[in-house]
Amino acid sequence: MSEFFMYIAELFAAPFFVRALIVGTLVSLCSSLLGVSLVLKRYSMIGTGLSNVSFGCVTVAVALNIAPLYISIPVVVASSFLLLRISDNSKIKGDSAIAMISSGAISIGVMAVYLTSGVTNDVCGYMFGSVFSLTQSDMVFSAALSVVVIIMFVIFYNRIFAVTFDENFARATGTNAGRYNAVIALLTASTIVVGMKMMGTLLISSLIIFPALTSMRLFKSFKIVVVCSGFLSVFCFFIGMALTVIFEAPAGASVVIAHIAFFLIFSAVSALKKIRKRSIEINE
Amino acid sequence: MRVVTILMSLINCKDVSLAYDGNIVLSDVNFQLNSGDYLCVVGENGSGKSTLIKGLLRLKSPVSGEIVFSDGLYSSHIGYMPQQSAAQRDFPATVFEVVLSGRLNSRRGKPFYSKSDRQEVSEKLYDVGMEGLKKHSYQELSGGQQQRVLLARALCATKKLILLDEPVSGLDPVVTSEMYSLIQEVNKKDGITVIMVSHDLNAIKYSTHILHLGNTQLFFGKTAEYVETPLGKRFIGENGNV
Ligand SMILES: Nc1ncnc2c1ncn2[C@@H]1O[C@H](COP(=O)(O)OP(=O)(O)O)[C@@H](O)[C@H]1O
Ligand SMILES: [Mg+2]
Repeated sequence: MSEFFMYIAELFAAPFFVRALIVGTLVSLCSSLLGVSLVLKRYSMIGTGLSNVSFGCVTVAVALNIAPLYISIPVVVASSFLLLRISDNSKIKGDSAIAMISSGAISIGVMAVYLTSGVTNDVCGYMFGSVFSLTQSDMVFSAALSVVVIIMFVIFYNRIFAVTFDENFARATGTNAGRYNAVIALLTASTIVVGMKMMGTLLISSLIIFPALTSMRLFKSFKIVVVCSGFLSVFCFFIGMALTVIFEAPAGASVVIAHIAFFLIFSAVSALKKIRKRSIEINE
Repeated sequence: MRVVTILMSLINCKDVSLAYDGNIVLSDVNFQLNSGDYLCVVGENGSGKSTLIKGLLRLKSPVSGEIVFSDGLYSSHIGYMPQQSAAQRDFPATVFEVVLSGRLNSRRGKPFYSKSDRQEVSEKLYDVGMEGLKKHSYQELSGGQQQRVLLARALCATKKLILLDEPVSGLDPVVTSEMYSLIQEVNKKDGITVIMVSHDLNAIKYSTHILHLGNTQLFFGKTAEYVETPLGKRFIGENGNV
């Protein structure tokens, strides 16, 4: 037993572990806050789309020997604007636009891998996440961007609610809805770029979708759903980390398993509540 | 300067035509409203009433003509009650949160709501008879209750002009007459300009002006004149006695 505690103590003394915890907590928070709005706007697949774009960027960057973030940030931000705009006003529906951009980005990525050295550690890390290989500068950058995203979200919270709940009303009564949709796009893009390295292309969208859907099972207030999503997301991240540490399970997948477990628990509680409500109504 | 603003009308629609994908659904609308007027927009289903409201709200730009606001009217002074709620089924929001969002553009860029915003929301919820349900989920309300919440939200946003698209359709007669007297009070006491789409003769009773649409402008003028025209007589005949 004491061996186990020694192991834990060592982990917390290890910079790579502390870095993972800091960035993981912040990214979990960002993605869950934005997730509520994205899910309600029916853009939940945007996470997948953008992370695929980001994957394409990384492979190209690796092939060209450039730092991946220099390419992925501008391209992902641009794609994010494009996706939100396309879904707003065109004949190409949102989900098809995301599918088009995703598959396009992946094929560019695969081409880049094929034409150069093949799958490198870097590329593999971006596919499945490599939360324990964050460098000091990765951490500083990710933490700073996450904090900016969280602060922006809080400042724009009321406007994000307004354009999410009823965009026409917001527009009609003088809210610059386009601007706040752009804010949402920008914050989402930043979260994806930062979260990619941690969760990988394959799992990042689960961080966006699950906390919101789980909270919405039980709560009917927007504010409570947002707050609950934030807590749930951070909590599931810690559970995932614990599974990783104890059973040496893959980090990203462990976090997602924790999210699925909570989704099932919340769904069960919500079903029980409905049954109880109905039986009370019948008794009356 | 002062004289000029007094002489200018609040809203001036000049030869306005509106279209969806190039198909004109409403053409040649011409009217002027002054501050404090109460306009009732009537016409059959599909005659372009909601489309005109969207034009006035600048959600839709005219394919020809123009809609001019003056007298210091900006969209942040407008309250709006849509015909149907645009929000989707499972949206988590309380009644209070929905109505509070009506205060957003009174904030002038400040990010958070103040105590007085919340107080105003409580007052408006009381006015529409929904204050007991303010913590309730908006999506779990009945259709009529949702309409009352949307009216409260519109009232919260209103500074100078309120647009209502069939605000009482589906409400029972008692609530309907309560809504009408509320709207009339806003018009009379606060001097708010009202533009309301309604088939209801009771609504016409309160109005100062009528705009009758049939994919074009069939009539615009004072209510007293309208009821004397053949068009007005037919409309009253079709919609029961006053
Ligand atoms: N989003 C839309 N796209 C295409 N046509 C529309 C749309 N909305 C309304 N229309 C058409 O425009 C006409 C006027 O509609 P509307 O203004 O809603 O009528 P009203 O409110 O008077 O019942 C109708 O013929 C309707 O079919
Ligand atoms: Mg209509």
